[in-house]
Amino acid sequence: MSAIRLSPAAAILRHGVLVLTSAFILVPFVWMVSLSLKSPGEIFRATFSVLPAQFYGVDNYAKAITSVPLPRYMGNGLLVCALILAAQILVCAPAAYALAKLKFWGRDFIFAMVLVGLLLPHQVLSLPSFILCYKLGILNTYLALVIPYVVSPFGIFLFRQFFRKIPDDIVHAARLDGLTELAIVWKIMVPMALPAVIAFSIFSVVAHWNDLFWPLIAVRDGHLMPAPLGIMAFKNEEAGNDYGPLMAASTLVVAPLLIAFLAAQKWFVEGMTGGSVK
Amino acid sequence: MSASLPAVSRLAQPAEGAAAKLSSRVSLPRRHSFYEAMWGWALIAPALVFLVVLFFLPVIGVFVIAFSDWQFGASSLSFVGLANFREVIFDEGFRASLINTVVYVVMVVPGTVLAGLLIALLIESSHSCRALYRAVHFLPFMATATAMAISWEALLHPTIGLVNHSLAALGLPVANWLRDETTVLPVLAVIGIWQNLGYAMVLFMAGLKSIPLDLYDAADVDGADHWLDRLRTVTIPMLGPVSMFVVIVVALRAFETFDTVQILTQGGPGHSSEMLLYTIYRESFEYLRAGYGAAVAIVFLAIVVALTLLQARSMDKRVHYQ
Repeated sequence: MSAIRLSPAAAILRHGVLVLTSAFILVPFVWMVSLSLKSPGEIFRATFSVLPAQFYGVDNYAKAITSVPLPRYMGNGLLVCALILAAQILVCAPAAYALAKLKFWGRDFIFAMVLVGLLLPHQVLSLPSFILCYKLGILNTYLALVIPYVVSPFGIFLFRQFFRKIPDDIVHAARLDGLTELAIVWKIMVPMALPAVIAFSIFSVVAHWNDLFWPLIAVRDGHLMPAPLGIMAFKNEEAGNDYGPLMAASTLVVAPLLIAFLAAQKWFVEGMTGGSVK
Repeated sequence: MSASLPAVSRLAQPAEGAAAKLSSRVSLPRRHSFYEAMWGWALIAPALVFLVVLFFLPVIGVFVIAFSDWQFGASSLSFVGLANFREVIFDEGFRASLINTVVYVVMVVPGTVLAGLLIALLIESSHSCRALYRAVHFLPFMATATAMAISWEALLHPTIGLVNHSLAALGLPVANWLRDETTVLPVLAVIGIWQNLGYAMVLFMAGLKSIPLDLYDAADVDGADHWLDRLRTVTIPMLGPVSMFVVIVVALRAFETFDTVQILTQGGPGHSSEMLLYTIYRESFEYLRAGYGAAVAIVFLAIVVALTLLQARSMDKRVHYQ
């Protein structure tokens, strides 16, 4: 495709269409930031502009972080994402190494279980997961937010794909050097499959930072809510009428991932599409 | 979930099985095999335990709840066969939810796939601003849906929203988009397209890059030098298998829509925007009707599994083109 040189008319048409679709994409973002900078009076005025007539941003953002524990919500989100990711890598990398490089009885059966696990959406499992958390007495704790996700069939699958590409000779050499199998996982396999680990990490963090479904079920206490659940509670509390602070809170919740994406686009695209796009 | 799906299907590639056989032939000396098996089990044990406890027991649990009269807090249960499913099927709320979900998916999939394809073709047709356009269109796919739904609500607000203001300025009719039975589902579908078109776009861009350039040269030699001819004779046919993949992945994401329903409509007005995941959540955890919720969850699971297996088959075919 890229071999074609466009005529001036075609180039203008291309930019014309793409500017329009970009505008459609950006309107909700621009509107969100714009409202977060406006006073209540201006938001409810009949006429409007993108830029605020009177800069009210400080008040709105101050209200967003003081009237509700938004920093706490975001901290909760960060903590939960970090715990989930750490657990997933700790559990999945050794399992993937065993499936990729070791021969043992039952291996193919366990791999088949991983594939079946890939088919099962977490939402379908939410009712038994809820009962499990209840029986363990961990409902309404950080643990309840983390436990259902400590093993990722996708993580095992992805790591296995990458580990298989690492030559067996490297594994043999490491054994001759006296490394245990566990040391091979962490000192050889994971560093050599770092692109897969990074892609998976982005996939995992984005999924759990944004997740609303499971936190809505697992926690009721405001102090434990991750960001999406927190802003939902904020919205319900404010009856959706105090748009300025609500938009400020939304902007703060969306911002970290978008900034990270703009800084590392290639990694994000790869992570978010399950490594199928390089 | 969705990102896991391309991965599943790669399995289907026949090369893998052959590679496995090859590597097993150059196996270690026999005395190592016990040592290797012990390590294999030790390394996989944690994952295996969690897979069983967090995936396999729960999925059995969903079936047990769906086929029994178990309620929250009950210490015993008895099997009631298909009673829960019968209740679900004859329930107007569930039927509305299922139909809404299908209608929503049928609106979101073509919109997302066609917009994603068009944008990918336009972006790839020249180098100018390519990275910028790509980044912009991908933004909604990562942005927290809960937060963006709140922004959409403000945009769609009947009196202070930008949408109605703009329509009124153009002399067009306005509406209370999220409170009107006839507009609520199409509006949610537009938001669904907005969320996913960047995803379809990057998948198509990858598909475009994998088309061998000599095919275009060959088309050139055969006289297909106009861009429309190249599109018709090379690009579109070569994107066929990728398109099938994109359709199913987007359909899976559309079926899993929850956040926008929860934040914007709560399934209303009436049942007009109720969708399957929202029904599962509300029946199971707000109305505490475990049997009903589990039966809907099984219907949902059946749809997701069918689509995923279809996707695996479509990936199988894709191999022939590469």
